[in-house]
Amino acid sequence: MKEKLVLVGNGMAGVRTLEELLKLAPDKYDITVFGAEPYGNYNRILLSPVLAGEKTIDQIMLNDKQWYADNGITLHCGKEITHIDRRNRKVVAADGTEAAYDYLLLGTGSNPFIIPVPGHDLPGVVTFRDIRDVDLMLDASSKHKHAVVIGGGLLGLEAANGLMLQGMNVTVVHIMDTLMERQLDKESGTMLRKSLEERGMNFYMPAQTVAITGEDRVRGVRFKDGSELYADIVVMAVGIRPNMELAKKSGIHCERGIVVNDTLQTYDPRVYAVGECVQHRGQAYGLVAPLFEQAKVCANHLAHLGYARYEGSVTSTKLKVTGIDLFSAGDFTGDDTTEEIVMKDAARGMYKKIVLKDNRIQGAVMYGDTVDGAWYFQLMRDGTDISAFRDALMFGESHLGDAGHGGQNKAASMSDSMEVCGCNGVCKGTIVKAITDKGLFTLDEVRAHTKASSSCGSCTGLVEQIMASVLGGGYSAAPKEKPLCKCTELTHETVRQTIRSKYFASVAEVMRELNWHTSDGCHSCRPALNYYLLCGWPGQYRDDPQSRFINERAHANIQKDGTYSVVPRMWGGLTTPNELRTIADVVDKFKIPTVKVTGGQRIDLLGVKKEDLPAVWADLNKGGMVSGHAYAKGLRTVKTCVGKEWCRFGTQDSTSMGVLLEKRTWGSWMPHKFKMAVSGCPRNCAEATIKDFGVVAVESGWELHVGGNGGVKIRATDLLCKVTTDAEVEEYCYAFIQFYREDAYYLERTAPWIERVGLEYVKKRVVEDAEGRKVLAQRFLDSQQYAQIDPWQDRASHDVEKHEFIPLKKVG
Amino acid sequence: MTDWIEVGVLEDIPCLGARVVRTAVGDIAVFRTAGDEVFALRDACPHKGGPLSQGIVHGKRVTCPLHNWVLELGDGSALAPDVGCTPYYPVKIENGVISLSLQPQSAL
Repeated sequence: MKEKLVLVGNGMAGVRTLEELLKLAPDKYDITVFGAEPYGNYNRILLSPVLAGEKTIDQIMLNDKQWYADNGITLHCGKEITHIDRRNRKVVAADGTEAAYDYLLLGTGSNPFIIPVPGHDLPGVVTFRDIRDVDLMLDASSKHKHAVVIGGGLLGLEAANGLMLQGMNVTVVHIMDTLMERQLDKESGTMLRKSLEERGMNFYMPAQTVAITGEDRVRGVRFKDGSELYADIVVMAVGIRPNMELAKKSGIHCERGIVVNDTLQTYDPRVYAVGECVQHRGQAYGLVAPLFEQAKVCANHLAHLGYARYEGSVTSTKLKVTGIDLFSAGDFTGDDTTEEIVMKDAARGMYKKIVLKDNRIQGAVMYGDTVDGAWYFQLMRDGTDISAFRDALMFGESHLGDAGHGGQNKAASMSDSMEVCGCNGVCKGTIVKAITDKGLFTLDEVRAHTKASSSCGSCTGLVEQIMASVLGGGYSAAPKEKPLCKCTELTHETVRQTIRSKYFASVAEVMRELNWHTSDGCHSCRPALNYYLLCGWPGQYRDDPQSRFINERAHANIQKDGTYSVVPRMWGGLTTPNELRTIADVVDKFKIPTVKVTGGQRIDLLGVKKEDLPAVWADLNKGGMVSGHAYAKGLRTVKTCVGKEWCRFGTQDSTSMGVLLEKRTWGSWMPHKFKMAVSGCPRNCAEATIKDFGVVAVESGWELHVGGNGGVKIRATDLLCKVTTDAEVEEYCYAFIQFYREDAYYLERTAPWIERVGLEYVKKRVVEDAEGRKVLAQRFLDSQQYAQIDPWQDRASHDVEKHEFIPLKKVG
Repeated sequence: MTDWIEVGVLEDIPCLGARVVRTAVGDIAVFRTAGDEVFALRDACPHKGGPLSQGIVHGKRVTCPLHNWVLELGDGSALAPDVGCTPYYPVKIENGVISLSLQPQSAL
């Protein structure tokens, strides 16, 4: 018999937990849900747009009654649970309905706080919490003229804006002298007030309400200083309190909310709680993103998987008032240990403040131009060291260069028909529609449904911005600790460390020991695990071809028509008449349709049939050429200029240096592709400053540059250091590569890796620690003895992986 | 009456891999799962015609190498939210010998 799970509270957090649970363990429980409201589960954070007339109730429904039926969930709408009988493990509703449980989940949400002043219970005093409140307000707005909103926070301003759009004359009363003082500093709060005033909103602040006046219904509001305001309706929006009454009554430990541990379990091990009703590590959350993180963890434990952990959330805020852009996150007040960067342009209505501590973002407030909010938020949660781009930080992510999105980074001001994702041709309107119609909350969901940001990822910030502007405070960028893929909750970091510490020896063992959700992973995790194992145990681990993307399995690049391209290595971009003759002969012999010079100073043969690959390689091998690994997450090319051998400006022999580095590093597998270049003088004709490892010759020696990228997002390299001898160039190069191989996540290029970990961290290991550098370099060279085997020759002459290149059978 | 055509033995296909059977009406991709089940799909993704035989096999699914669509090996249907399906072919294994029917079937 199945165990029984009862959810009390049919809201976003509770139902999200059920959704997560059904994904993990669809048949584990008989589920019963009690909700006090007569609806299915709706998106509470979108009540503001409903009040403003921008959305209908139907549009904000997340789970209609059919969803409960489809998932075999018993739903009791409009039944309020009044008693938990913990001894007999059952809940009792006001109308006498009972339900037994093995596990109980509380998602009772929160109650609006009502200031206990005289008159607070008069007709015409409403809160802003559920559909009923919105109906009351809409009804009042059609009959009356004057509204007073008590509370100048997020909720109050959204209510005030909605009522104003419904034609009412609205005055916001606030006890402080700054609006949204928990999210905004004085500067931005003042700018917000000014632009709301320009729209016709009135403010009465600071003012402390002492009474609501009227006899049979509201007539006005009286303040401490004796002044009064006229009002037909009064909206109380001064805050929310966790709704823990039921839990408290049942003897479950509560403080400011229902107290839960990192697994979302209450003091009664049979009882879990999620959402606004809980208090976790002293914190209660009122935004939706933390609730969803809680839901995920709670579901993990209800499914008895038992390894997820909720460690609290970092939140950000956006105001859902159309046309007002405001963003705030983290600690934006600062103290004497922090620094501030401030930019203000009052005429343009623009203000930005970033609070830094040890070159890491502690908090940010933005007003007017919030397009980079998601970016700052990400940098803040990742704890990224921003010293490398501190001078450009204020100007935003687009300032760092983003191919294909020049000047289009303003999510809010974009029209629906403007393209967001250049790879997949997805317009803003398509994304907005998918978010609202399908009820999407996470970046992954938007990627799955629209394909936006699912290819090169350069528009991720923009997509997140659109999500933030549609979902408002409900949206928070993907959680800080991103799981490796959907098959696990564990991060790249954890998986990799565990492989090392537990000496896991195969992809299957990793998946088995770390409780993968899937039997043999997916196209994301298998190549990652294969790489971590290969990098961790060179010479011991046997590469798993079936865990490699086709290009690395076939040692050629798949093209859109299913043919392949072949790029032989040209050391340092040098070639000979013999090599060129061989290439020309191969092209003729195999009727290869296109021959192209690549950006990495090589020649690409395009349109080769897969069956021809081994024969093509055999001929190229005969001409002395080997695989150029143009398909590999590994060393690609070493681009060189002609250097002092020919060039009148050359200071060093860059070509020989390039050839040497390529001879030593080819064949190595890395987290992602890796490009190098060597320039013979600071004119830098080999463009070394946009490579993963760039070498620039100067009269006194060599400059070493790292972390450049010329692709999706242009990033100039950081200067690692200057060295004088050729041997030093080699040692630093190998050490840097090995550190990257061992430290970066799979599919992380050096540029984002360095931005994540900070240049200082890299310098510490590769420059400052001479002993450590030697060890790293040696470890790289040791692993190279197992890697420098030409895969083409293996396949052309030794029948390695023969089945890969011939059909199983030809029929007819 | 189904016409079965022998195409090879189980060991011809790598575990979690695929091989191609060339036919007059186009390529068929024959997949082998971790549990030694064998499935056959037309070797063309419903999205942009990518060769599914070159994809990564996981569970009873394959990921297309061109744009990462994920298709069910059993009936060729795309994993939601992508929509589409590619024809599948009945397969039987007797004494380790794989036979296909060349009659395409569709989940639609």
